[in-house]
Amino acid sequence: MAYKIGDKVATREAYGNALVELADKYDYVVLDADLAAATKTGVFKKAHPERFFDCGIAEGNMMCVAAGLAAAGKMAFASTFAMFAAGRAFEQVRNAIGYPHLNVKIGATHAGITVGEDGATHQCNEDIATMRTIPGMTIINPADAVEAAAAVEAAMATYGPMYMRFGRFAVPVINDPATYKFELGKGVNLKDGSDVTIIATGLMVSMAIEAAKTLEAEGISARVINIHTIKPIDKDIILDAAKATGAIVTAEEHNIIGGLGSAVAEVIGENYPVPVVRVGVEDKYGHSGKVPPLLEMYGLTPANIVAKAKAAIALKK
Amino acid sequence: MNEAKITELKKLATEVRLGILEGVHAAASGHPGGSLSIADILTYLYFEEMNVDPKNPKWEDRDRFVLSKGHCAPALYTVLALKGYFPREEIANLRQIDSFLQGHPDMKGTPGVDMSTGSLGMGISTACGMALAAKLNGKSYRTYTIVGDGESQEGQVWEAAMFAAHYKLDNLCLIVDWNNLQIDGKITEVMNPTPHDKKLEAFGFHVISIDAHDFNQIEAALNEAKTVKGKPTAIIAKSVKGKGVSFMEDQASWHGSAPNDEQYAQAVAELKATI
Repeated sequence: MAYKIGDKVATREAYGNALVELADKYDYVVLDADLAAATKTGVFKKAHPERFFDCGIAEGNMMCVAAGLAAAGKMAFASTFAMFAAGRAFEQVRNAIGYPHLNVKIGATHAGITVGEDGATHQCNEDIATMRTIPGMTIINPADAVEAAAAVEAAMATYGPMYMRFGRFAVPVINDPATYKFELGKGVNLKDGSDVTIIATGLMVSMAIEAAKTLEAEGISARVINIHTIKPIDKDIILDAAKATGAIVTAEEHNIIGGLGSAVAEVIGENYPVPVVRVGVEDKYGHSGKVPPLLEMYGLTPANIVAKAKAAIALKK
Repeated sequence: MNEAKITELKKLATEVRLGILEGVHAAASGHPGGSLSIADILTYLYFEEMNVDPKNPKWEDRDRFVLSKGHCAPALYTVLALKGYFPREEIANLRQIDSFLQGHPDMKGTPGVDMSTGSLGMGISTACGMALAAKLNGKSYRTYTIVGDGESQEGQVWEAAMFAAHYKLDNLCLIVDWNNLQIDGKITEVMNPTPHDKKLEAFGFHVISIDAHDFNQIEAALNEAKTVKGKPTAIIAKSVKGKGVSFMEDQASWHGSAPNDEQYAQAVAELKATI
């Protein structure tokens, strides 16, 4: 699928399209739990019905069926909403996929508060946290459709359990598909800077770029890093940024507990302590509403990244 | 089945029971009761039924086995050892820090273990995945899974049952170890899953009920299962928890406790007397 910079595309769309486009190149099947229309595995179902298996509303069973397929040599994608993949089915993912280190790719959509109107029960701000505690689990949270499509192919080409986090809401394409290269486990330096580093993931990456522009206009030089692979995390790019800028602000559409902010703080705290201030959902449940006011309500905005960047700079010794 | 074969299988199953007790006694922990109740079926599966090669444990055309009631690992390990997957002596190291025989089955560490299990309700689902993979890959192997009667209180067992019937997994054979005991007491008193056979029939299974300790019935049921097309088969195997050791039989207290030296000696003497 040709995406253009500036287009607004949900990463779940890119996920579904990539499953279809790569069907002849890789050997896999796709499972869903009655959400194919929403997770976008439905486009794969339409194109390759013989390789698609609806498991009904039974996510725990789906994860274990995927594990059994993988144990018998068949790579399986298992899709449902993040809430049910990383929440309800946590233990199945941990024990049946993670522990035996099986080749299952979890395509979790509707992550974060940008689920919107469905509200708190469906807005999963905890999935990165739970998945991060599973040894050997790779976690990818792409920033846009281009990155999402590339991440899906990287998942197919790389053995092992992976959790891929996709959003419902259409977000701007920020990567040029002509030149974009996805490197699993590598952060991406999007902009250099010397006063502070904004480390962002998912839809917060485009906001981080905006925030950096605002800071620049105020005379503050901000580095911007996109972390698409939250686990294993790119320690080198984080530590380089800590050393070069001496202050870090993280930005994620996830609880500030256990997600990117925590992962970055762990690396910084154990290796090169500098201030780390986190932008994210501040240990709250979600709420129904349209996405733009929800993002405002939870402080997931360029303005809050700017404010927290200044706070991080103020904490420098 | 002729008498000589039955005698041979009974002797093997007794060896399995001795291994279960040796491992659990050495570890001073583990689950003897349910392990003893599945000893005969596991013996038959690995020595008569399943197409496996201990020299090539990952052979892709092999029949698969998933011990969904993973806490009965001592039975599986002993059968695997007797079948030649690893030395029988390893059983004495069950649950030890330097052993590959974990408290619950670990497919990455133990030769012959097809799936890591232990958390109840999951093994049957993974068995469904293996059976589905056989259909997708055009392979004729069959997948067997033993689920506990108490384990069947897990909702996921029924999610998996729906899946197996929906996708017509006639290459899947579910064996329910029906010993009517779980940790807290009688299944029927803790949380009654009966009528188990009717429930599985309603979920779309071909259901056969047998005596879990009668090799003729085990053989007949497994043969019948292979003739069933378009639906999975469930064998409800009525068993005795602790089977073969007089003081363990039909006692919930032996679900997850190890015999002391005296009890172990008595159990071994009882079992050896039958050979």
